[in-house]
Amino acid sequence: MYGFEALTFNIHGGYLEAIVRGHRARLLTAADYNNLCQCETLEDIKMHLSATEYGPYLQNEPSPLHTTTIVEKCTLKLVDDYKHMLCQATEPLSTFLEYITYGHMIDNVVLIVTGTLHERDVQELLEKCHPLGMFDSIASLAVAQNMRELYRLVLVDTPLAPYFSDCITSEDLDDMNIEIMRNTLYKAYLEDFYKFCQKLGGATAEIMSDLLAFEADRRAVNITINSIGTELTRDDRKKLYSNFGLLYPYGHEELAVSEDIDQVRAVMEKYPPYQSIFAKLSFGESQMLDKAFNEEEVKRLCLAFDQQFHYAVFFAYMRLREQEVRNLMWISECVAQNQKSRVHDSVVFIF
Amino acid sequence: MVASKMAQFIDNIPSMDLMRSEKMTFAQLIIPVESAHRAVSYLGELGLFQFRDLNENKSPFQRTFINQVKRCAEMSRKLRFFKDQISKAGLMSSPHSVLQPDIELEELEYQLAEHEHELIELNSNSEKLRQSYNELLEFKIVLQKAFGFLASNHSHEFSERELEENVYLNDGYFDTASPLEKELKPGSSYQSGLRFISGMICKSKVLRFERMLFRATRGNMLFNQAAADELIEDPVSNEKIEKTVFVVFFSGEQARTKILKICESFGANCYPVPEDISKQRQISGEVSTRLSDLETTLDAGIRHRNKALASVECHLAKWMNMVRREKAVYDTLNMLNFDVTKKCLVGEGWCPVFAKLQIQEALQRATLDSSSQVGIIFHPMDAAESPPTYFRTNRFTSAYQEIVDAYGVARYEEANPAVYTVITFPFLFAVMFGDWGHGICLLLGALVLIARESRLSKERLGSFMEMLFGGRYVLLLMSLFSIYCGLIYNEFFSVPFHIFGKSAYSCRDASCRDAHTAGLVKLRDPYPFGVDPSWRGSRSELAFLNSLKMKMSILLGVAQMNLGIILSYFNAHYFSSSVDIRYQFVPQMIFLNSLFGYLSLLIVIKWCNGSQADLYHVMIYMFLSPTDNLGENQLFRGQRPLQIVLLLLALIAVPWMLFPKPFILKKLHHERFQGRTYGMLTTSEMDLEEEPDSARQHDEEFNFSEVFVHQMIHSIEFVLGAVSNTASYLRLWALSLAHSELSTVFYEKVLVLAWGYDNLVIRLVGLAVFAFATAFILLMMETLSAFLHALRLHWVEFQNKFYHGDGYKFRPFSFASLTEDDD
Repeated sequence: MYGFEALTFNIHGGYLEAIVRGHRARLLTAADYNNLCQCETLEDIKMHLSATEYGPYLQNEPSPLHTTTIVEKCTLKLVDDYKHMLCQATEPLSTFLEYITYGHMIDNVVLIVTGTLHERDVQELLEKCHPLGMFDSIASLAVAQNMRELYRLVLVDTPLAPYFSDCITSEDLDDMNIEIMRNTLYKAYLEDFYKFCQKLGGATAEIMSDLLAFEADRRAVNITINSIGTELTRDDRKKLYSNFGLLYPYGHEELAVSEDIDQVRAVMEKYPPYQSIFAKLSFGESQMLDKAFNEEEVKRLCLAFDQQFHYAVFFAYMRLREQEVRNLMWISECVAQNQKSRVHDSVVFIF
Repeated sequence: MVASKMAQFIDNIPSMDLMRSEKMTFAQLIIPVESAHRAVSYLGELGLFQFRDLNENKSPFQRTFINQVKRCAEMSRKLRFFKDQISKAGLMSSPHSVLQPDIELEELEYQLAEHEHELIELNSNSEKLRQSYNELLEFKIVLQKAFGFLASNHSHEFSERELEENVYLNDGYFDTASPLEKELKPGSSYQSGLRFISGMICKSKVLRFERMLFRATRGNMLFNQAAADELIEDPVSNEKIEKTVFVVFFSGEQARTKILKICESFGANCYPVPEDISKQRQISGEVSTRLSDLETTLDAGIRHRNKALASVECHLAKWMNMVRREKAVYDTLNMLNFDVTKKCLVGEGWCPVFAKLQIQEALQRATLDSSSQVGIIFHPMDAAESPPTYFRTNRFTSAYQEIVDAYGVARYEEANPAVYTVITFPFLFAVMFGDWGHGICLLLGALVLIARESRLSKERLGSFMEMLFGGRYVLLLMSLFSIYCGLIYNEFFSVPFHIFGKSAYSCRDASCRDAHTAGLVKLRDPYPFGVDPSWRGSRSELAFLNSLKMKMSILLGVAQMNLGIILSYFNAHYFSSSVDIRYQFVPQMIFLNSLFGYLSLLIVIKWCNGSQADLYHVMIYMFLSPTDNLGENQLFRGQRPLQIVLLLLALIAVPWMLFPKPFILKKLHHERFQGRTYGMLTTSEMDLEEEPDSARQHDEEFNFSEVFVHQMIHSIEFVLGAVSNTASYLRLWALSLAHSELSTVFYEKVLVLAWGYDNLVIRLVGLAVFAFATAFILLMMETLSAFLHALRLHWVEFQNKFYHGDGYKFRPFSFASLTEDDD
């Protein structure tokens, strides 16, 4: 399994690995979060963040701050980091880095298509898109009426094109279709990413397959829970599960027939790594599942930094930063809406 | 007896500023709230008080004056905004100081807010205007270009039936129109549903736009484009960008909505172009007049805005400075504590003893100026931690102090090696860089830097230049000394000169053929200063120079190491630790001098009486068989017994410096705690943990084995170091040899060789190569390497004899140290 990565990795990847580890060292710590949670106003949050990596991004913001500004600027920092790394990267790392953004691309496509379906302003939608998932002709998604057009007009130029082969129908777009499209795309994307990582081999393949398998299983669980009580048939549901991961194939069989949250729980508890996640939840509860999954994911992502000479650190860093931005968003929202009692509900400490 | 006399003598030496760091005192300030701000800002102007953060465990937003800090941050944000706007408007003028009354912070805040409001309004107004201006401009260009398309379509494609209605523009305007088509003209252009949309789009997007259109209409369209002649300003980035005019022909209502949507999503602006030529002319006329109208409005707006910016600009530097100071004052105030009554702020910190009066005076002024009822109390206290180190340097000594500080900041009041470094550093450098030609080059460089001092110190230099500029006085002394050493070595770009009279030697006969083989005859007295130029090129040149330089290096090294050990005596004396004098300084002195001091003595004697004795042999057999007869290597009478005595002394010195000190320390410790059967109660574990350097730790248990091991390491290091450090000083010889050999190579193998040809080109090339090699290899690389070696000799060989270097710097709260980017 292991090649001689240590021998040659640093020729191309050494600089960037150093960069990404430096970035990781500047992630907010539990002490920072504790301080942030005590903030009374958004200005306090800005004050506190001014001592962190986000300082230069927030320092020129005029005073009545909004949560969106904070989140926007923090995301900007992530995007700047990403762009810097992408500029420096060579093959196959650059492809790897691009793969990381495809998930956002899928989300953006879905966002725009759903938005236009509900006749929202395209510019307004564009502002909501994640900047990592932007591509050139994203705005023209609004033109399309059905999947086939969507594909033919816009997506054929994007890296998402190959993932579309499974969901080209001439049906008109509606909410259900779009949701299925999102999951089909995601499934194809995850499988492709998985394959790509296997091709890279070495520690990258090992660590990434673990991380991606977790992602795939998590999506499978979410799909199952979200589709309970909808008109999605069992076969259709099963088609949306990615064809790898810990649950594949037997877990998928069982998930496909699950009809309530406790059945899902029963399925998942057969898998030791997921036992601990579900052990934290009381029966019949799915509210805290997201947080539990997030915590587990963060734990796994942090472990990726324990090994050297592999690309999973980039994936892990991007994910951790995104989680951090989500944390900041939640904290700022809680502070802005005076709901400080709920501030710990969804914050996932990274360190 | 002798020791006490010496101690008395040393006590009588007047103290030097730089020799020991300033005496510091820990002081507490109790400041009434109403005069706190003024007091702190006066202290900042004075710049001699270092505040200690008393609120370390509080996060920034829990501190008292956080609101003011935030306000200052907000103001500096506004100021940055102004600065940005001013530089965008290209108004940055030289800072002319306008004398104006000082304004209060509140007023400034108000003014800033007003200015910002005004500026933002102006900006948004002019942005609106600019947008409409841009739109009109685009419209104008589209009109011109689209007209061209419509016309050319007509002239080239009128045979294509598809397009014919569309291309009809005006009756009789195109003479090429055939009569047949003229008949068709009355039909409206919508007859076959063929229509067009025209507009403008960024040049970079054109290709994708066209492709998208092609796909959306399944190829049923015609796309025409032409580059706009003018660059159009992008409203977001204010940059001029290239745009392209397009005209799309299509048919059908559905295609129209699709295309419009695509245009929207690509950010293309669509403009209606009438097909009628007269209408078109009319519109373009209208557009032109409106454009010129807008232009004048825009110009007026810009003038107004520039005026507003200029009024801000003349105060900008002052305001920025003021806000920076205010922020620093509030940051400092945040370090203070409230006392129990909440009416006073309590601050603690360090100040030099000499500044006490100045500080008190400043505090009094603050009380008076803020007409406070209660004075500010300043009273010295005892502190647990050791005081910071503060040297008063000037621009000459600061660079040398930096050289020492780069190794480690001196412990409080310990002997400062920088005093000696001022001379020894450039001198040791010059020993390795002895060439008065190169020295003059360096001197010129240093003089240029010094002559432009006042100007360069204001500019922001690159990192390399900054370093060079910072070390200009080091460079000056280095060059002077290398001229001096160059004169001694008699080298000028490796060429010897007869400066100080005639050479003492001359050839055996007139033809001088055997000068390099048989040697020369001595005629006169020795050459008065430095190396005789006749040595150059002679058979024994290298042997002579090597022996000279090697011996000189050892002499210099032993001298410098002795100075180091003597400084350790000064330290021990100053801190009145007789243990260190008796059991460290004395044996070290004996050890070093009985071996290498003796070697130096031999060298000097050999130089004086010109003996042929082999010094290696003497030194080696001094250890191997001290009792043997020296034979022909004897330099003076009584050498053998002296050697035996010295050897014995050196042998005694080793256990002398190793054993007594730890035992005596142990005894002292026991004496001090005699009778105390109970252990000390630690007041609270927190105190000790928080202040690892604190003096309280001395009360902790005496760990004998640790002290012993420590002493053992020190002794072994010294004994081995005496040998290896002396050897290390031979780098003086090695580098100086390398330098002179390198410059000889460049001179002889490049310049002289090229000069041998009677060809101007070769001579010029040779000269160029020589100049480059001299400038880059000899003047830059060699300077750097000699600098580094001199640095090492100071840091390691010299300073490890006495220098602890574990202090920390005095960082007073001072407005002068606030820099531009520090906000």
